[in-house]
Amino acid sequence: MKRTAKFLIPLALFLIAVGFLFKGLFLDPHEVPSPLVGKPAPAFTAPLLSDSGNSFNTADMKGKVWLLNVWASWCVACREEHPVLVAIAKTGIVDTYGLDYKDTDLEAQAVIDENGNPYKQIATDIDGKIGIDYGVYGVPETYVIDKKGIIRYKQIGPITEEAFFSKILPLVKELQK
Amino acid sequence: MIPELGHYSLILAFFFAIVQGTLPLIGVWRNNKRLANLAVPAARTQFLFIAIAFLSLEYAFYTDDFSVLYVASTSNSHLPLMYKLAALWGGHEGSMLLWVSILGLWTMAVTLFAKALPDSFRIRLIAVMGMVSMGFLAFIIFTSSPFERLIPAALDGRDLNPLLQDPGMVFHPPVLYMGYVGFSVAFAFAIAALLDGKLDITWARWTRPWTTVAWVFLTLGIAFGSKWAYYELGWGGWWFWDAVENASFMPWLVGTALIHSLAVTEKRDAFKVWTVLLSICAFSLSLLGTFLVRSGVLTSVHAFATDPRRGVFILLYLVVVIGGALLLFALRAPKVGLGEKFDVVSRESMLLANNVVLAAAAGSVLLGTMYPLLMDALGAGKISVGPPYFDAVFVAIMAPGLFLMGLGPLAKWKKASLPEIGTRLRVAAVISVVSAVLVPFVMGKITLMLVVGVFMGIWVTSTTLILLRNRIVARQDTTPNLVDNLKGIPLAFYGMLLAHLGIGVFVLGVTLVKGYESEQDLRMDKNDVAKIGNLDFKFDGVAKIQGPNYESAQGTFTVTSNGKEMAVLHPEKRFYPVQGSVMTEADIKPGLVKDLYISLGEPLEEGAWSVRIYIKPFVQWIWAGAILMALGGFCALADKRYRIRNKKTDQDLKAGEPQEAHEAYSA
Repeated sequence: MKRTAKFLIPLALFLIAVGFLFKGLFLDPHEVPSPLVGKPAPAFTAPLLSDSGNSFNTADMKGKVWLLNVWASWCVACREEHPVLVAIAKTGIVDTYGLDYKDTDLEAQAVIDENGNPYKQIATDIDGKIGIDYGVYGVPETYVIDKKGIIRYKQIGPITEEAFFSKILPLVKELQK
Repeated sequence: MIPELGHYSLILAFFFAIVQGTLPLIGVWRNNKRLANLAVPAARTQFLFIAIAFLSLEYAFYTDDFSVLYVASTSNSHLPLMYKLAALWGGHEGSMLLWVSILGLWTMAVTLFAKALPDSFRIRLIAVMGMVSMGFLAFIIFTSSPFERLIPAALDGRDLNPLLQDPGMVFHPPVLYMGYVGFSVAFAFAIAALLDGKLDITWARWTRPWTTVAWVFLTLGIAFGSKWAYYELGWGGWWFWDAVENASFMPWLVGTALIHSLAVTEKRDAFKVWTVLLSICAFSLSLLGTFLVRSGVLTSVHAFATDPRRGVFILLYLVVVIGGALLLFALRAPKVGLGEKFDVVSRESMLLANNVVLAAAAGSVLLGTMYPLLMDALGAGKISVGPPYFDAVFVAIMAPGLFLMGLGPLAKWKKASLPEIGTRLRVAAVISVVSAVLVPFVMGKITLMLVVGVFMGIWVTSTTLILLRNRIVARQDTTPNLVDNLKGIPLAFYGMLLAHLGIGVFVLGVTLVKGYESEQDLRMDKNDVAKIGNLDFKFDGVAKIQGPNYESAQGTFTVTSNGKEMAVLHPEKRFYPVQGSVMTEADIKPGLVKDLYISLGEPLEEGAWSVRIYIKPFVQWIWAGAILMALGGFCALADKRYRIRNKKTDQDLKAGEPQEAHEAYSA
């Protein structure tokens, strides 16, 4: 009996995978609570994309409601999100700042050149250290940060138009008051 | 009329697949010859009808029949003929038809060339392939028919995605599919053996050539795809760890493990259960890849339209095929037995380690590919796992494997001695260490990755050459003439050498291009000169050019080194009006030591352009390595021992002289 059990392992593993695959067919991106929500956004200073002489500093953001969008050129979901970010930038309601995560300047710049720049500024995080502070475990992720520098909301996965209008926009308006 | 004929043929093919997949199995089980003998004619008729369906669809593309929905959505009357025909596999429905056509081709090949097999085994083999085909045909007919009509017909087609309008599109998908659909043969061999309950040396000997052919195609297909991405996508990358790439790479890794494991099963009657499991896994991963790509559970740059109905169907199919195969494995494998024992230090154990490394590598790629889906299913949101993960994990797993690659072929079967292997490899070790320090030193940049990469590349290459030298020396007493000596070495041995050399060349290519590539993003006015190293890139301006179905701005760059002209490059920015899309066509001057790669960015004011110039040292070695691997596979296939095994070598095996007579195993 014990001998046969060993040979069932591949089948068992496969069936587990099937369970996930099946669930995957009916999934939509949705939010999860983050331990960072309600806490101050970790401070950082980082060089700007394609302009490493200048840098982005979270301290300069005091008094302003802003979005921090973590993205990368290698991230496919980010390309899906990109047009939404561009549309958000066009509304002029809130500024989005990019954090280019584990990427090279050249490739990231190519994406921006190709698809337009929705960001006020893009900070770079080549080795992913800032990402660790923010608890990034995948891209894209977006943080809504208030005037005092407190994280109010975290969107995991691409911002969809629906997510923007139903969650982020009302929150931003509220925080801007 | 013709599209309906195609549709009808496909339905007929489906019925013949049902016959092929069921009745012969009952025939073998019940010992009913008449039912059993249906296998071959059913398989051939099925192939005939699939071929008719395929040609009908090609005819619709050829005649611009835009009353066929699929043609209207992937072709256009202005598309060059070559791309019209290739547009058949430019979308979901047609890709599936190509898939099933190639499966038909493989089944046909089995009915023609697998004559040496015992009847009952051969019939089971063909029946299993029939079952695989059955599911796919049903999938096409019920959820993805390429023959659906569009009434009223479109005036013109929506055009093939400009990204796919490239000669690569003509060759890459068929070759790639030949590869991973080809693993269905090894899969069918494994299932037939499990049904049979018999798994011995002869079984491995039959399976090997089929597996090697599929592997050769897959190797070439992946290399093609990578080369295509390199020149077409315009930013000089050659591998993106995209879900679709991974879908072809996982079967390759497992297929490579399978080839080695089969060698052990054939030579030593060991690793039997493992070999069967690998055969099942290689094809299962091909199917899983198809699911991941076609069902839309993963977002990918290659993915076509998504439809959950299709996803559910393929998943059901996966459960039946893979689940059924693994269940059969669980029931029957204990009877097969593990096979011969071997020492901890022996070629078997080295090959086992090789298998573990390759399987772990495939597992890590699978995990990375599925991880976004797992996270999503667990409610942790949609995320993307990218090159940072894959690069780090994959390299870490493969590095020890590469090291073992140098030792394995030198170790004796059954029992080897470490000191002996050590003595044999002293020279290789010294050469590798010296180059690993010297090369980065001379090139003027040293990083850990460069040192390790160069060491591994040179290590694999030099140990492989030492292997050849040892072989020649060992035969020198009996055949002193060098030419006769070389001629006397079996082709399969050369096959292994070539494939291993290919790995070495590939590793060097990857290491050097990653370590020393340079890139410049510039704004250039007409007649500006950019200086990179000792090269001058002069921008001679941009001219307007009219293509068959696009308009193009074509730049001219003259590259000179110390006043001597090296190359004239013409990168383009193309506009395809039908889809309203802009494509960047880079121009490349390939070279043995470096590629010069220029792509046009955006037009700026007053005739200036943003320009990207890349210098990619040794990048061609990446594909040269892949071609060497494929050549190695061809060599191994050409070895006559694959077909008629002469008695003498069998005796050698028993006489316990494995090192000399049985060094040959394919890549």
